[in-house]
Parts: sequence; structure tokens; C-alpha cells
Amino acid sequence: MIYFALLILVIISYLFYYIGKKRALNLKFNGNIKLSSQPDYFGYYVVLMALIPALLMWFGLLLFKGNFQEMFVMSPILFPDISTWSDGKLGLILNKLNNLSVIVNLPLDDLTNGEKSILNMASENELTAAKNLANFDKIYGWANLTLFIILPIILGFLATRSISGKLNAQPIVEKIITYIIKGSSYIAILITIGIFLSLVFEAINFFRYVNPVDFFFSTGWNPNRAFVVDASEGFDKDDLENAFGFIPLLTGTLLIATVAMIVAIPLGLMSAIYLAEYASKRVRDIAKPIIEILAGIPTVVYGFFAALSLAPFIKDVGESVGLPVSAESALAAGLAMGVMIIPFVSSLSDDVIKAVPQSLRDGSYALGATRSETIKKVILPAALAGIMGSFLLAVSRAIGETMIVVMAASLRANLTFNPLEPATTITTQIVTSLIGDVEFDNPKTLVAFALGLTLFLMTLLLNILAITIVKKYREKYE
Amino acid sequence: MNSLNKRLSAEKRFQAYGLFAVALSMFFVLILMWKIFSTGSGAFVRTTIEANVFFNPDFIQVNQNSLEKELYRASYVALADEVVRQNHPKLNEEQFIKVREMYTRKFDYQLRDYLLDNPDKIGQSIIMKITASSDLDQIVKGNYPRDVPEAQRKINDYQLSVLDKLTSEGKVSSVFNFWFFTKGDSRDPETAGIWGAVMGSLYALIICFSFAFPIGLLASVYLEEFVKPGKVTDIIEVNINNLAAVPSIVFGLLGLGMLIGVIGLPYQVPLVGGLVLGFMTLPTIIIASRASLRSVPPSIREGALAVGATKMQTVFHHVIPLSLPGTLTGTIIGMAQALGETAPLLMIGMVAFVMEIPGGPLDPATGLPSQIYLWSESAERGFLEKTSAGIMLLLLFLIIMNTAAVLIRRRLEVKW
Repeated sequence: MIYFALLILVIISYLFYYIGKKRALNLKFNGNIKLSSQPDYFGYYVVLMALIPALLMWFGLLLFKGNFQEMFVMSPILFPDISTWSDGKLGLILNKLNNLSVIVNLPLDDLTNGEKSILNMASENELTAAKNLANFDKIYGWANLTLFIILPIILGFLATRSISGKLNAQPIVEKIITYIIKGSSYIAILITIGIFLSLVFEAINFFRYVNPVDFFFSTGWNPNRAFVVDASEGFDKDDLENAFGFIPLLTGTLLIATVAMIVAIPLGLMSAIYLAEYASKRVRDIAKPIIEILAGIPTVVYGFFAALSLAPFIKDVGESVGLPVSAESALAAGLAMGVMIIPFVSSLSDDVIKAVPQSLRDGSYALGATRSETIKKVILPAALAGIMGSFLLAVSRAIGETMIVVMAASLRANLTFNPLEPATTITTQIVTSLIGDVEFDNPKTLVAFALGLTLFLMTLLLNILAITIVKKYREKYE
Repeated sequence: MNSLNKRLSAEKRFQAYGLFAVALSMFFVLILMWKIFSTGSGAFVRTTIEANVFFNPDFIQVNQNSLEKELYRASYVALADEVVRQNHPKLNEEQFIKVREMYTRKFDYQLRDYLLDNPDKIGQSIIMKITASSDLDQIVKGNYPRDVPEAQRKINDYQLSVLDKLTSEGKVSSVFNFWFFTKGDSRDPETAGIWGAVMGSLYALIICFSFAFPIGLLASVYLEEFVKPGKVTDIIEVNINNLAAVPSIVFGLLGLGMLIGVIGLPYQVPLVGGLVLGFMTLPTIIIASRASLRSVPPSIREGALAVGATKMQTVFHHVIPLSLPGTLTGTIIGMAQALGETAPLLMIGMVAFVMEIPGGPLDPATGLPSQIYLWSESAERGFLEKTSAGIMLLLLFLIIMNTAAVLIRRRLEVKW
């Protein structure tokens, strides 16, 4: 269906381009009319006039498909008690009807036994609704097709008719294209707004169940308690108390990020210093890309490595010296994350170190300082702001990293600062709360958005801080 | 003098630290690669057992004239059991169950697929290489030790003796595992393939490209060529820089909350996955494209304007074509990052068990990285090598994409 629509779109565009151009040429040579634009522009003009309204309407139809569908299918005649249903039940029924609508009009012979039993279990009203839904899908499909064929043809025809010596196509076409370009650049802003709105709305829904003070300051994290009761019957306040406490997630996140930074900062910074100040060109040309590979490896690979090799290895080493180490220790996840962040720290620090003016180095050497003394006493202090900025960006990266902690860290919340114990993180809990059934009226699902909002704001703050610091620093030497 | 020696040795030590840091980072790359390759190479071969298969029409209740539909629905489970009985005569019921476990559970599908391709073999006998079960496969590959007590083994002593007998008869052989590259996911490691996930990722990347490339290109054209720097561009610029640093999981939440929750797009389809990846890739493309536009010298623009081109014509006929190699390089690098992203796919449901190979961006699917995640969470030993092999394939795609980006830059980019 999609391919078909796209094909039609391409054919129609080409056809109208051709028709518009042809008509303009015709006017020019056979009608001896002086045109105010090149013939090409009349082609573009017709295409834009024909397609833009159709595309806009198609987009609108897509946006409101769900609403139309519900109006059409969920009528109070079929389901008298529909006004009392919760969102969750509505979703369930709609889902069931969707499944039914696929099979309800098929001949019985083509059905598997499973499908037959689904049909038999459905009530009479549900079957009618499913048939309505199937009809609706058919009508909707036809509406789309009409929009794609008939509307553009009419509009294209009108646009072709309007071509004359008086019509100046080029400024119109250029104006439309300017709007399209301008719109494109605002999409980046729209995405940010979209992120913010979707997080805030669902987070507000979450805070209707759970007191924000409880969320941010309590130390117990047992979201499964929200499972105990049926969502449609509402929640007992006692069930939710101390079930969604953010503190252990925050400490876990910070613990693992700290381990990661302890690995990444010295290794990344020293690598950057060595490659920028000591290494010969040949060594740099080989070593730099190899270290950059670490940045290109997908995080799911680090997670797999941490869970498969690193965690058991650390456990064995710990036990051989008599330390009790968990199989899901924060140490393993932190180490893997640290390795992932090394190239991030090293390439950012490298830029910063290279930006320190040569005159500072020369001055230091002239006073008889060795290279390491120059680095420690002149270059690093001069580059300090930039390096701090890159560390902050690395921290923000570590806090938002998901796959490594999902695969190697624990799922159980644990308020601890001991890296040998299991710990969970914000991102891990977002993933666990959304895997499985997603119900937008259950705090167990909604908590993901509250956590996401917190995470978003935390990383945003770090990024803005880091970017400001780096920018200030750059200005200093420019 | 003494203090000079001290200083010089401090210098040497500092340099050694640096070298150590570089060497250690490179060592991490090596150990990661080595671990992946050593665990993953096994997935490319699969153990088979040669067996004599008689397509007995009485068992499958079809004949030469049956329709394809009837052939498809015939009962191959009974036939599979019968094949085992015929190839291992004189088994009691307990022994039979043990021997049956040595062959894959999906044995009947293998028989069905063969018969669908060769319907004329009904009533005839052929020699077939039947896929062994994953546990047997692991024993043959040496991933399970044989010399531990029976209770700790998935394959018991009796099965081992049967295996040894089959081996001595030359019936056990390893074949190249084409299934890994052609099949979708499966509950049984021996029949699980990556192709469904590859197609899921491909559809997602196509959507991602068709969203992010045109919009990224046009947005950067607007910011570089059409507006004077001012408040609006500052806001957009800060916004793009921040967007580039937003954790990927937050983009996943946007996909779930907005695209699925509000707009009502379906769950676990590559269309939503691709859009979310497109949102993530957009800043990368805009940043690369702007740098590339900036590198086109003003003389080109002035030349075009001087001969009477409009601003639009100058940009679309001259500036964009010249900046395209840089934009494409940035786009490919961004898409390579998108291919490796797992967290957003988790959020929008592209981590379900999907057997069928998706036929379009609206079919339920997994992506390559989320398939790797799914397999890695699986307890069975057979999925371990599949996980590593999946990672090898993912890394291969990433290498190809990054190499392509480098080549485009070297070949097409004009240095002014």
C-alpha cells in the first residue's frame, strides 16, 4: 500500500511537471505569449499546487485516524456501558476488535483453529463492531487513495489552466520552497518541544498517582507493588507509598558513572596527552583510529561483554581474595562504560590541548622545563576549563547510557555506595518498566516518563554547563 | 644534579603513563574483538545427522496429486518421529524420547520445506542431513564439556553413546549454517536466524534516511544561506547542539509517548523505529551539512549571482551540489550510529519475538541490535554464539558504512 502510494506520488509529480512545462512552451511558441518565467518553473508550479494540499490533508487524516476509528466503532449502541470504561479497558477491547476485524470476513476454511476459537469466543456485539472496523479500514483506505489521485488531478488541472502570460511562476515557486526550507529548520525545535511535552504530560499523569515529594525523596523502589491492584479500580495510597522512590536509582546511577569516570578520565586524558604531545606521526596515525573504534562499537556489544566476561571475571577475582562480589556488581557495568567513554574523553581533550597556543609551550621550554613539566604546569592549567567541559559531557553520556547497564547492572534497587554490590540505574528502570505490557493508566508504566524527564533535565543541565564552559575557553585563545 | 636526574626520571615516568594509557585502550579493542570472534565463529556452522527419510504417504496422508495447501498442512510431526524410529531400530519408549531429543524439534518443518520443494518425492526414500538439536551441536563443537558428571550435562550418557556410534558411522557432519543468514528468529537456537532483524533494521534505516536527510539538508541550507545570524538562528543552533547530546533512551520515550501514544502509530514497527532514529540522526546531519556548506567558497555564489541567478538558483544549482559529498559523509556516519542504537528500539517495542521476516516498515519486527539484546538475555548456551555472530554482522555493517563514508570524502570532496 505504501509503495503503491509512493509510486503514484512519483508518477503524478512527473506527469504534472511535464504537463505544466509543455503548456508553458506551447504558449510561448504557438501562442506567441511572452512568459515571465522559464518553462521549468511552470512545471514546478503545477506539481507544488497539485501535491501540497493533498499531502497536508493526508497527514491530517493519518493524525486523526484513531479518533475517526473510535467514533465509527465504539458506539454506545453496541457497547451501552462504554462511558464507564477506563482507558485500559478501552485499549484492550480495541485491540481485540482489531484482531477480530482481520479474520471476521474471511471464509471459515482459511482460518486456523486458534482463529476459529477467537471468533467463537467473541460476543455478537463485538462481531458487529469488528465488521464495522473492517469496513472502516476499507473506507479509510479508499479515502486515502482518492486523496492521492483525485484531489491532485483536480488541483493540477486547475493550476495548468491558470498558466498564462500574466502568471509569474518563479517567485511563487521560490516562495513556497523558502517556506519548506524554513519549516525544515524548525523541525529540530519541534522535536525538542515534542520530547519535553511528551515527557511532561505523562510525568504529570504519574504524579497524579504518586506524590512528587515521595518520588524524589523516598528510598524504597518496588514498582511491582503497583501491580497488586487492578489499574481500573484505582490505587490504594498505601500501595504506592515507598514504591517509587527515586533516591536508590540516583545513587546507583552516580555510583556506576563514578566507576566509569575513574576508568575513562585518566586513560582518556593520558592517551590524549601522549598522542598530542609525545607520539610520532606514525604512532598517532595508527593508535588514534584504533581508539576511536571504541567509540563506534554499539553499546549493546559492551553490555554483552560486561555481562558475559567482565562480571564473572570480577566475581572470580574478588572471591579468590575473599571479597564477596555480586554477579551484577556496579563495578562490571562501570568498567565497561568507562572503556566506552575513553575515546570520548580523549578526542575532546585532544582538541582542547591542541588549541593551547604553541607560544605557551615555547615559553615553558625556554625556561628549561621538561615536556612533562610543561604539560602539567602550563598546558593542563591553560586547558583546564576545556578539559572540565569535556569531562562534564562524558558524565552526561555516562548517566544517559542505557544498554550496558540494562545488560550488566542489577534490576533490584539497592541503596549502596559499594561498587562490589549490585546497583540499578535510572535508565535500567525506564527500560524494565516499559518492557512487557505498556498501559498508560498505570503508574508502573508512567514512572518511565517521570524518570525520563528527570534524566533529560539532568543531562540538559550538564550539557549546557559543558558547552558554556568550552565556549568561554575557546574565546580565550581566539 | 640529583634534582635534574629526578626531573628526567619523572619525565620518563610521565611518558610511560601516557604510552600505557594508549596501549591499554588499544588492548581493550583487541580483547573485545577477540572475545566476540572466539564465541561467535561457531554460529556459522551447524551439526547435522544423516538419516534415511521415507516420505510414507500413509503417515503424512497426502499423495502426488495433493494441492500445495494440503502438503503444507500435512502432519509432519508423526513422520519425523517415524524417521527417527526407522533410523534407530529397536528402541524402547524411553530410549526413543532421548534419541528424538538429539534431533532438532523443528525437524518436521525441515521435512515439510523439502516436500514443498520436491512434491514428486512422496512415496520415495532419500538421504537427508537432519539438523541436530542445539545441545548436541554444542557437544560436537566442544562448547559443552563431556567429562563432567551426567547430572550436569544436557546430553546424557545414552545419547553420547548414540552420538559416538553415529560419528563412527560417519553420519555426523558440520555444514555451513545458511539458516543463520536467511531465517527469522526462533525459540530453538539451531533454527534461529538473523535475517528478520536485518530486514527490520534496513526498513528502519530507510525511513530514518528519508526523514533525516532531506530535512537535515534543507534546514542547514536555511541556516547557512538564507538567514542572517540572529536570535532565531541562535535558538535553533543551541537547540541542535543540545539535541545531539540528549540520551538515546529519551528519544525512545518521545517515540512511545508521541508517535505511538498520541498519533497512534502501531507498536513495534520499523516505521516508528526509523522515525525515532531519524530524530536522533537529524542533529548529526545538520551539523555536518552546515560545515560542508560553509566550506564552499563565496566566489561560487558570487559568480552565479553575477550572471543573474536568483538566490534560490545559486543555492540549488551550485552550492548544494558542491557541498553534497560532505553532507553525505555526515549522513552515513549518522546512520551508522543509528544502526547501532538499541535503547530507542526497546522503548518502542522492537524487541519482541518475531518469527516472520518483515515485508515492509509496517510489519512487526526487531532490529539488528535489539535482536542481539534478545538473544543475549536467553539462557540457552546455543544462543550465546548466535549473539556473538549477530554482533559480528552488526560490526561488519558498521565497518562497511564507515568505509563508504571515508571513500566518499576522499573521492568526491573538493578541497578549495
